[in-house]
Amino acid sequence: MICERCHERPATVHVTKIVNGEKTGYHLCEQCAKEQGEILNPFVAGNAFDFNKLLSGLLNMESSSGYAPVQTGNLRCATCGMTYNQFTQIGRFGCPDCYDNFSSRLEPLLRRIQTAGTHTGKVPVKSGDQINQQRKLEALKRELQQAVSNENFERAAELRDEIRAFEQNSDS
Amino acid sequence: MSLSDFLQRAMSRWMKDGGPEDDIVLTSRIRVARNLQGYPFPILQTDSHANEIIEMVDKAIQSEPMRGLGVFELIRCRDLSALDRQVFVEKHLISPDLAEQEKHGAVVLRNDELVSIMVNEEDHLRVQCIMPGLKLKEAWELANQIDDALEQKLTYAFHEKYGYLTACPTNVGTGIRASVMMHLPGLVLTGSINRMLSAVSQVGLAVRGIYGEGSESYGNLFQVSNQITLGETEEEIVQNLQSVVMQLIEHERTARQQLLQRNRIQLEDRVSRSFGILAYARRMDSKETLERLSDVRLGIDLGIIQGVSSGILKELMVTTQPAFLQKYFARELSATERDVRRAALIRERLRLDDTEVHG
Ligand SMILES: [Zn+2]
Ligand SMILES: [Zn+2]
Repeated sequence: MICERCHERPATVHVTKIVNGEKTGYHLCEQCAKEQGEILNPFVAGNAFDFNKLLSGLLNMESSSGYAPVQTGNLRCATCGMTYNQFTQIGRFGCPDCYDNFSSRLEPLLRRIQTAGTHTGKVPVKSGDQINQQRKLEALKRELQQAVSNENFERAAELRDEIRAFEQNSDS
Repeated sequence: MSLSDFLQRAMSRWMKDGGPEDDIVLTSRIRVARNLQGYPFPILQTDSHANEIIEMVDKAIQSEPMRGLGVFELIRCRDLSALDRQVFVEKHLISPDLAEQEKHGAVVLRNDELVSIMVNEEDHLRVQCIMPGLKLKEAWELANQIDDALEQKLTYAFHEKYGYLTACPTNVGTGIRASVMMHLPGLVLTGSINRMLSAVSQVGLAVRGIYGEGSESYGNLFQVSNQITLGETEEEIVQNLQSVVMQLIEHERTARQQLLQRNRIQLEDRVSRSFGILAYARRMDSKETLERLSDVRLGIDLGIIQGVSSGILKELMVTTQPAFLQKYFARELSATERDVRRAALIRERLRLDDTEVHG
């Protein structure tokens, strides 16, 4: 077996790591292992070669198993221009909008790498406020539609004024 | 400059301070990934994007809420020498990836070096709090406060469903990575480590240990961290990790007592030999250094070795790294030269403790 780092000397050191109960290993020569040993600061090593490698492994598995390869070829983020194929190769998105633009492909992926598909943790104060306001506005609009279809015009007028006031407030 | 002066200046607080359960837990670390709305992730970043983000972060750290949380300074990677960047990596303040971001990267440091904020690494911001011993909750509280303070000046990319958006979907949601560095020589020596680690990884945590051939390990050091970032709250993530770590600690303590009772002589012999090698060897590579240090630290914890500070493992595993050695000896060193100088530094360091005790 040849060293996976220098591809020159025979591999004599076998490094194993355990992620999620699964062992993965790689094989190095004495010299590369020594050099790696100095770089492989245990604190930092975790970041360098863990989850992203695992992820691109998963992604490649998916594309090789003929998992709708035709559609993914054309899927592209309208904001940053990254294609889904590029994403599967590098394992990183190009911009925050990629999440929405690739959402159809993202759901099954998230199911595999995360336990759930919905965030339940912290919400930022500022943009969280926007999210709450947005939710409120949408609720008012739904109520307005219902009032109109029920021909409850008095309530509809109230709601219209409320929505106007709300929108003016959030503009300022 | 004497070694003690050098150390005085070079050591971060996480390296010298003790903390809860610090006979087994070296450090607790929380890392929070954040990105700014309206900007591509660093992988697609232009020079001007990168500069704008660095400037916005610089402004944010000078704002009122941040000033209430300590003294922060932003340093651009391009203003640091390659050697100094490497020293930062060895002190766990930045990742090797950021050290390579000479043009776009920056780091914000709090003056005690318990907090570092990487700018334009894989994500726009990575807030890291590192504390000595088992202080996961404290580290999360601090990271949370810093996150809130920054958010008053910065607008994060946040999604109603997916939470905090990150460059890699393995971090999306909370963006939080909590990790604990543990020293587990008892579990390794009693042969129960693999069983332990596979149990841990079955509850959604990742364990990383670096092994040599067979089951022999690198300094018996393991990092346990959460793997899931979406669908659990930050508190749940921290609590889950904390309780698993507490169980590991208990198993490790039991294993150490077993070793003392059943194999006392072998243990004393092993620990003392390692101490002898560290105290007298003329060449030490980094792998052997970690292994011998692990033995010595175990010997200190079990009262077999006296007169050496228990912080020696944490301290020397950082200060015997290549960039630190070159910094201390103030010259470039080849790998072979480093082995010679590393041995010299270790001998000098052990004498320092010895004179404090006897002299
Ligand atoms: Zn090699
Ligand atoms: Zn995009």
